[in-house]
Amino acid sequence: MIIATSSSPHAHKGGARNANILMLEVLLATLPGLAAITWFFGWGTFVNVIWCSLLAILMEAAVMKLRGRPVLFYIKDMSALVTAVLLALAIPPYTPFWVSGIGILFAIIIAKHLYGGLGYNPFNPAMVGYVVLLLSFPVQMTQWATPAPLLADASTLPDLLQSIGLIFGSADNSGIDAITSATPLDLLKQNNSLLLEQLYAAQPVFSQAGINTVGFEWISIGFLLGGIYLIYRKVFTWHAPVGMLAAIVILPLIFFDGGSSASLGSSWFHLMSGATMLGAFFIITDPVSGATSNLGRLIFGAGVGILVFVIRSWGSYPDAIAFAVMLMNFAAPTIDYYTQPRTYGHKERNKVKIGEESE
Amino acid sequence: MRKIWDIHGGVHPPQNKTQSLQDSLKDAPLPSLVVLPLSMHVGAPAIPCVAVGDKVKRGQMVAEPSGGFSAAIHASISGEVIALEDRPISHPSGNPGRAIVIQGDGLDESVGLNPIEDYRQVQPADLVARVNEAGIAGLGGAGFPTHIKLKPISSVDTLIINGSECEPYITADHCLMREFPDQVIQGVQVLAYILGEPKQVLIGIEDNKPDAIEALKNAADGTQIEVVSIPTKYPSGGEKQLIQILTGLEVASGKLPANLGIMVQNPGTAVAVLDAVTKGQVLTSRITTIVGENIEQSGNYRVRIGTTLAELLPQLGLDVDKTHKMVLGGPMMGLAMPDLNTPVLKITNCVLVPSAAELPDPEPAQACIRCGSCAEVCPAQLLPQQLFWFAQAEDHHNLQNHNLFDCIECGACSYVCPSNIPLVQYYRASKGAIREADREHIASDRARRRFEVRNERIEREAQEREAKRAARMQAAKEKQAASRAVETDEDMVAAAMARVKAQSAQEANSSSNDQAIQIQRQSLQDRVESLQIKIKAVEPDIDIKPLESELANAKAQLQRFEDQNPVSEEEANQSPASKPETQDSASAAIERAKQKALLQGELSESEKLAQSLESLTKRISKAEDRVKMARLESTDTLEALENGLEKLLAKQSEAQARLTELQSEQKQEQKKEQEAE
Repeated sequence: MIIATSSSPHAHKGGARNANILMLEVLLATLPGLAAITWFFGWGTFVNVIWCSLLAILMEAAVMKLRGRPVLFYIKDMSALVTAVLLALAIPPYTPFWVSGIGILFAIIIAKHLYGGLGYNPFNPAMVGYVVLLLSFPVQMTQWATPAPLLADASTLPDLLQSIGLIFGSADNSGIDAITSATPLDLLKQNNSLLLEQLYAAQPVFSQAGINTVGFEWISIGFLLGGIYLIYRKVFTWHAPVGMLAAIVILPLIFFDGGSSASLGSSWFHLMSGATMLGAFFIITDPVSGATSNLGRLIFGAGVGILVFVIRSWGSYPDAIAFAVMLMNFAAPTIDYYTQPRTYGHKERNKVKIGEESE
Repeated sequence: MRKIWDIHGGVHPPQNKTQSLQDSLKDAPLPSLVVLPLSMHVGAPAIPCVAVGDKVKRGQMVAEPSGGFSAAIHASISGEVIALEDRPISHPSGNPGRAIVIQGDGLDESVGLNPIEDYRQVQPADLVARVNEAGIAGLGGAGFPTHIKLKPISSVDTLIINGSECEPYITADHCLMREFPDQVIQGVQVLAYILGEPKQVLIGIEDNKPDAIEALKNAADGTQIEVVSIPTKYPSGGEKQLIQILTGLEVASGKLPANLGIMVQNPGTAVAVLDAVTKGQVLTSRITTIVGENIEQSGNYRVRIGTTLAELLPQLGLDVDKTHKMVLGGPMMGLAMPDLNTPVLKITNCVLVPSAAELPDPEPAQACIRCGSCAEVCPAQLLPQQLFWFAQAEDHHNLQNHNLFDCIECGACSYVCPSNIPLVQYYRASKGAIREADREHIASDRARRRFEVRNERIEREAQEREAKRAARMQAAKEKQAASRAVETDEDMVAAAMARVKAQSAQEANSSSNDQAIQIQRQSLQDRVESLQIKIKAVEPDIDIKPLESELANAKAQLQRFEDQNPVSEEEANQSPASKPETQDSASAAIERAKQKALLQGELSESEKLAQSLESLTKRISKAEDRVKMARLESTDTLEALENGLEKLLAKQSEAQARLTELQSEQKQEQKKEQEAE
């Protein structure tokens, strides 16, 4: 009788190593950060997460149907969900629904499926979506909410229903205006008259803070905890986050000028502000668009860190994770060429000359 | 504690070893039929030395080693050779292979070699010859002929016995080491003697075999052998990996452990060598683990080589209908066989018959998310995700740049891949494609070289012809010059001698022309002959009309050729470069030259031109014929002949033009004369 054959190995680890389980772990790790955001900035981001996730799944299903593939098999790997959640976490809490919708469209359909789907995208899809939104809708994308403790006495953050109303409501932004204010990075960028100490004393977002800035510090800690959890669970290795965080710590030290009015901020400030932690543990660790070897990941992370500092300090944008990540995505194949690990039995790593790649 | 190192990566699959370790080693039931493939080892297949119908006894050689890189095969039961044909063999392709089939007579009579009392009195080379005679190949699964391994290219200072057995389910070596530790130690000592007593003799065992470690340590007490316990990890038992663990050294890519002065042997092979030397037993059985949820009596069995699994497994409680998969080897590197009729070979260390739940079928592969888990576990420190990328693209250049051929196909990468991609399958396919491309490349390189040499030869011949032509022209010019400048007899004679020389050169040329003609004639005759032979040799069913018409054509060509180039006696008897002829033709030529010189002096230019035109026309017609012949035959000389014809035609038109010029001049002169009159 003829019995089934398969190619070795015939055993598989399965279980916790499957791709969809890895994605679920990532989603789990975003929860502390999401909780902090909701606590300090209201339900906006939460609504955005739900809205973006729904849209992403629908769009991916539509594309897979168009490509003639089994839809459920491709939805099950949860990668669209992760992209949607990361994008929703990156955009301001009360971004209108159509803005986030366009962002998801670019992220899922253009940045991911037009390149071939999961595993083939050269750029981080969430960051592509974010960059498109930032460049196309600068007003909506810079309306960051005020942390709850800092709101004027009479007002409170919108509750769930009000948040839904703000997001899905009319195009007039008046409702949002009341609750938006400059982020710490904005403040630092716009400041060119006060010494850092004076700035810190003058602005409540700094003066009322626990360790750095009100609200934002907790969000950063939340994402940091999530990232450490993911490293512990071996979802990714430590190389890329450590590279980025090290660059973000070292560069401000090099450029430290004693806290003058032209200061670029301290290491601690840069670590705890903006999307540094989100970027370090959730964005640059996207395996598809990052570098391949561990040394390559270290270099990739360091490159992102350097670019983030450069753009934050001397560029036009207050925060720069998306641009930095996309610029390093360009560089990832080149990094791979030069960081092949040394194979067993060889004396040194193989070198590849540019131009000699393939025939 | 002896220092040990760690390998990069590695995985920890569930070991599943207890199922087969419950009982001690048992003998498998005597098979009624054995199938002995001629190729059970690395190297050239053995050559059968028995014929169908021969009666053989157990231990009798039935196939000889073919050359140096091969191994012998012996009958594992006594009986009669009933077939020498293609049978399913345990090859990954699933293709059948040539095998000797022996039907047992149930008597199990055996023959053997002479036991050697004290092997230390025998030269190592003789012991190696004994190992060759006994047909011993590496019993760990590779099947490398042991006698070749025991003659290493450089001296061995570390002998490592690979008792690690890192793959799940397999316990054959474990069973051997815990139950026959003394034999293992003695076998290792024989190996050490053959290798000239290496400085270090180590036995590496994983720490999941505490009873074997204990037993071996006791047996090795007082000997030079050191038993080293290593952490359990797959694939520590790979040769390169074990060397790295025990010595910290890496085998250079593409080289052998012998280059480092290290040799690795399996404990089963050591015991087989011991049996061959001290008991004169040839290799006819081996210890095989037979395990799986579908087997009732899992365990280790001493199985006769060649036993078909279709006979053996049901005897151990296999329900054939429920068989979902059968793997020869372990779950990580074993071969899944489609046919239960495959035999147990020298290299079959395990037969795994799992249930569908035990080793489920692989899930459909998803896209590679480049997570890098594969690179983390690869013991060869490769980048499997990149290799997969390039394998999909069939990018051979980049595959080799990323050291594809350093992959040991252990399967750790596929084991951990979150997207269930069958990575090792891609690498195997790519390795095959690259080997194929290399073979084709070598063949096309040879063809290109042949073509280049041929072109060079043709060029060289053309140049030689050019040189001859130039020489002829030169001679002709000298002849003309000589004829014009003739004043005295002596000068005439000198000119005549010069012309004779030129003419003999011409004759040599024409003799070469004649040679060409002869060659052409010969080829036409050969063609006619070969066609005739073909027609005679053709089978009756096949239509011979096309051949016959070809034959008629060839005969007609030959006839035409002979009409145009009649074989004169002179040419037939001509011998190259004969001096007496030159002398005779010299005096005759002198006479002719004198007369022609007188005549030539009287001839006017136009008459000369007319003469040359005549000769040109003759030559052109000859050349045209030759070109036609060459076209029909499509010989190599076609181009050269066509060139010659063109030149002749050019000369003709030149001469024609000159003649008409002269004639018109003459006419004008005549007119002038007439007018003057």
